[in-house]
Amino acid sequence: MRQTLEELQKKAADEIEAASSREEFLALRTRYLGRKGFLTDVLRKLKDVPPEEKPLLGKLSNDIKKTISERIDRAIEHLDSEGKSDILLKETIDVTLPGRRTKYGKIHPVTRVMGEICEIFSILGFSIAEGPEVELDYYNFEALNIPPDHPARDMHDTFYVTDNIVLRTHTSPVQIRTMEKQDPPVRIISPGKVYRPDSDISHTPMFHQVEGLLVDKGITFGDLKGVLTYFLRHVFGKETVLRFRPSYFPFTEPSAEVDIRCVMCGGAGCRVCGQGGWIEILGSGMVDPEVFKVVGYDPEEYSGFAFGLGVERIAMLKYGISDIRLFFEGDLRFLEQF
Amino acid sequence: MLVSLRWLQDYIDIDVSPDELAKLLTMAGLEVDSVEETGPGFSGVVVSKVLSVKPHPNSDKLSLCEVTTGKETFPIVCGAPNVSEGILSPLAKVGAEIPGGYTIKRSKLRGEPSEGMLCSEEELGIGDDASGIMILPDTLNLGEDLASALDLKDVVLDVAITPNRADCLSIIGIAREISALTGKKLRYPEITIAETEEDVTTVTSVEILDPHLCPRYTARIIKNVTVKPSPSWMRLRLEAVGLRAINNIVDVTNFVMIEFGQPLHAFDFRYLEEGRIRVRGADEGEEFISLDEKTRIMSSDTLMICDGVKPVAVAGIMGGLNSEVVDDTETVLLESAYFNPSSIRKSSKSLGMSTDAAFRFERGIDPEGVLRASDRAAQLIADLSGGTICRGCIDQYPRKIKPVKDIPLRVKKVEEIIGIQVDSEKIVTILESLEMTAREDGDGNFLVTPPTFRVDIEREVDLIEEIARILGYEHIPVTLPAVSGGAEMKNEKNSLESKVREILNGSGYTEIINYSFTTPESVNALGLEANDEGRRFVVLRDPLSEDISVMRTGLVFGLLDTMRKNVNLGNPDLALFEIGKIFIGNEAGELPDERERLGGLIAGLRSEEAWHTGEEQADFYDLKGCLENLFSELKINNISYDSNCEISFLHPARSCTVRAGDTILGFLGEIHPQVRKNMDIKDRAVVFELDFSCLVELFSEEMQYREIPRFPSTSRDVAFLVDEKVTSGAMISMALDRAEELLENVSVFDVYKGKGISAGMKSLAIRFTYRSSLKTLTDREVNEAHTRIVEKIVSLTDAKIRGAES
Repeated sequence: MRQTLEELQKKAADEIEAASSREEFLALRTRYLGRKGFLTDVLRKLKDVPPEEKPLLGKLSNDIKKTISERIDRAIEHLDSEGKSDILLKETIDVTLPGRRTKYGKIHPVTRVMGEICEIFSILGFSIAEGPEVELDYYNFEALNIPPDHPARDMHDTFYVTDNIVLRTHTSPVQIRTMEKQDPPVRIISPGKVYRPDSDISHTPMFHQVEGLLVDKGITFGDLKGVLTYFLRHVFGKETVLRFRPSYFPFTEPSAEVDIRCVMCGGAGCRVCGQGGWIEILGSGMVDPEVFKVVGYDPEEYSGFAFGLGVERIAMLKYGISDIRLFFEGDLRFLEQF
Repeated sequence: MLVSLRWLQDYIDIDVSPDELAKLLTMAGLEVDSVEETGPGFSGVVVSKVLSVKPHPNSDKLSLCEVTTGKETFPIVCGAPNVSEGILSPLAKVGAEIPGGYTIKRSKLRGEPSEGMLCSEEELGIGDDASGIMILPDTLNLGEDLASALDLKDVVLDVAITPNRADCLSIIGIAREISALTGKKLRYPEITIAETEEDVTTVTSVEILDPHLCPRYTARIIKNVTVKPSPSWMRLRLEAVGLRAINNIVDVTNFVMIEFGQPLHAFDFRYLEEGRIRVRGADEGEEFISLDEKTRIMSSDTLMICDGVKPVAVAGIMGGLNSEVVDDTETVLLESAYFNPSSIRKSSKSLGMSTDAAFRFERGIDPEGVLRASDRAAQLIADLSGGTICRGCIDQYPRKIKPVKDIPLRVKKVEEIIGIQVDSEKIVTILESLEMTAREDGDGNFLVTPPTFRVDIEREVDLIEEIARILGYEHIPVTLPAVSGGAEMKNEKNSLESKVREILNGSGYTEIINYSFTTPESVNALGLEANDEGRRFVVLRDPLSEDISVMRTGLVFGLLDTMRKNVNLGNPDLALFEIGKIFIGNEAGELPDERERLGGLIAGLRSEEAWHTGEEQADFYDLKGCLENLFSELKINNISYDSNCEISFLHPARSCTVRAGDTILGFLGEIHPQVRKNMDIKDRAVVFELDFSCLVELFSEEMQYREIPRFPSTSRDVAFLVDEKVTSGAMISMALDRAEELLENVSVFDVYKGKGISAGMKSLAIRFTYRSSLKTLTDREVNEAHTRIVEKIVSLTDAKIRGAES
């Protein structure tokens, strides 16, 4: 009896091994485990064995039944899953086709740089102030210590509307307008458009400046250097080398022009820095006492510094743009690069 | 200003390289724009030796020479009487260039070949001897370039002088600055003049009628001059700094101007009627022919130098043709004067005459340097022209320019401004190096008197700047200011601008920045009515060109122009926006209204052609959708689109006014075909323009959570057949007007015209959504409300319910 069972087990194993289709497996299941199957047949004969062998043989035949059943199940399952992957293969897609994108617009590079500048100064506690672009001569010049017929007017070619109305040539009039309205301390920056009649590869009749003004008790030239150094290293990188050199603006004294070591050639001299190794990046200085007098601040009590920088110039250096006119031509081939 | 290093070295020793000198000046505020090595006016000339000299077979005056450069030997035909065997002389080789624009060529002179030219000093422009070829010292190396062999090279610095530093508009001014920076001693030129017995006052007189405009006028008379070209040293000096040599008299006046910074003028005395000078304001409209042979019309505030009868010069700007020094001039009246700076500037501007003289006068010359310059020029004129100087100098100085004296300087204030302590000794050293005198005034403070040429120094802060400048900005340490006061409020407009940009970028729109100026034709192209405020231009007085001659009064023209440019460049599919100001003119003399606007444009395909899309043209609804996104993101909820819109450049049937409640925000619509035609734009385009300041007011960052509905909604779809003139907006408001509590939302989900629908009608399919916050609605409850609403719409619009009719 035991021998019969073991032979049966081996035979079933061989036959399962040999089978390959679902139908064959189902047939095997019927042949061995079905109501008239081999194993059922053997079990039926179990009642004839001596009682002491019964438990053991009973267990053995149950085990064999379970094993065969499991092996057939597993085989069928395996077959099924193979069939499934066949179906999935038919759903193959080309993953290299481009996705369905929604169009995304671009911010103008000037806006981008201006935003960056404002952000850095807002960390330093500066807030944004604004003023008109069509400005009184008074605010653009006179209040900034540039009287009519002063040679310093040569520093600004000017678009005039009437004798006393101009397109502002710099954002500095916002200094005056702000101080007129506000008592110190003052900490503002003023981004905006300015105008000068000039047009070539490095000049456009309209461009953008950011003006800055800080007035408080005890502000020194060292503070000016500190704030501008902090700013320029944020814009151009921690390693940026700066130099402050004396210059002249009628509304600041002492005045300083700030240069950075050329970002293109590292100071060796190239086309961008005009072989000089340095790039003029902004104008600055301690607010002239005359300006404080105009707005009614006491220069003995307060001091401060102001600065102004050209946004396009910074954008050109940052992005390697060589023709300033591109900013205002609206050519998408340019704008979409940012 | 161009500064010749050689000229500079006449007054100061310079022991640093030109590049280092440039850096030194730049870091002291005299920015050097360029450093250029310049040679003499020739090239290709080398040191050569004459090996042999033989007579020319066909000429008595010419000789045939063999000349060697050490490496090569050339046959040279030479006409100089002093050519002889063994001498060293400059050889201009074939291809050499010599002054006067000549290039040496291989040639035959009377049948004999000549491969180059032996040159005289005069031919090379380095001396005045034209009697024979130049004989060079034996010590020179054969074949060496003559310019380096004789050390004829110069270096020219282009120095940008800021308007405050009038004192540096001269070689001596620059030398003075170098002296302050390096400690080297300055050597002023020695001035000695030999005067004749004849007193100047017996020859001429000077009368100043307007002492305000002319505080000081001096005149000297130099007789018996011979006008001729200046010697080469003078010409070389002038040419090095960019001036043209004219004759020995005029050249001296220019030379001294560059040397000392004092502009001078020389008159031919014989043309001065009554032999005298009168300084007066011009007669209004007076005509005058200046040296450059142009007729100028004077205005009464221009100062004129006149003789007894007529004007002979525009004071401080340019002399007159009627009295200029010419070849046969014998007696010269030399003017050295001080004119009112702002008057000179005004006249020079209004006459459009910017001369070297005006440039210096308007910035302020040294009023105490007037006589010295006159003496120096008289000395040089006498030297170069053989002239004799009359005794004395007429010096009319009716309005003394008071020198600035005793400016108080507090040592503490120096520290307060610069940020570091500078000790008194150092301060004094610095001030003295700048030729200032500093007198102790107790408490360690000083009274400082600047030299008269430093017209920019009047106040304590001017002195502090000088101290900082000479100290070197690089030696001032970097500090950060302490923040006083609270954190500043955020600028609402600015943060809204950023938000709007983000939203529009997200909707696919790219930002452009157009010029604020435009062409006055823009409003004609847009067909604005005669009384439209868009025609109230701010007009520029001197525009760069007509197409940018007025300030824009709207953004649309610029957007369309940008579209046209891009279409021409092959980018027809556009979604653009701009944030910027427009300018509406006011009464003359008043500032215009500046209004911030937001404008947008869409044209071409809605999205790039791709494997998953068809070619769909963008239209009104694309741009409207963009606006709806914008308003929804800005939490502006009371927006309406009103087809009542009378904007000349918009398609009358495809445009609307955009309102927020009662406030008009702007417009949205397709561009009128006529405008497209005017602007040569083929494709349709849709634009909007909104008032940005209204958005700032309406924009709210406040948000309020609403409870998520707990009960399900039920919807009913109805297709209405209505007259095509009935708008969906009207139908939706009819539904919502009824104030049915259960009606939660109404939306149009289909619009159909065409087959199956009779002409003039359209089918609008609307979904009505019902919900209660208290319970799940029963069909009956929904149906009751729904029936009421649909019946109302039907009765108000004469609509038929599709499906119900069949």
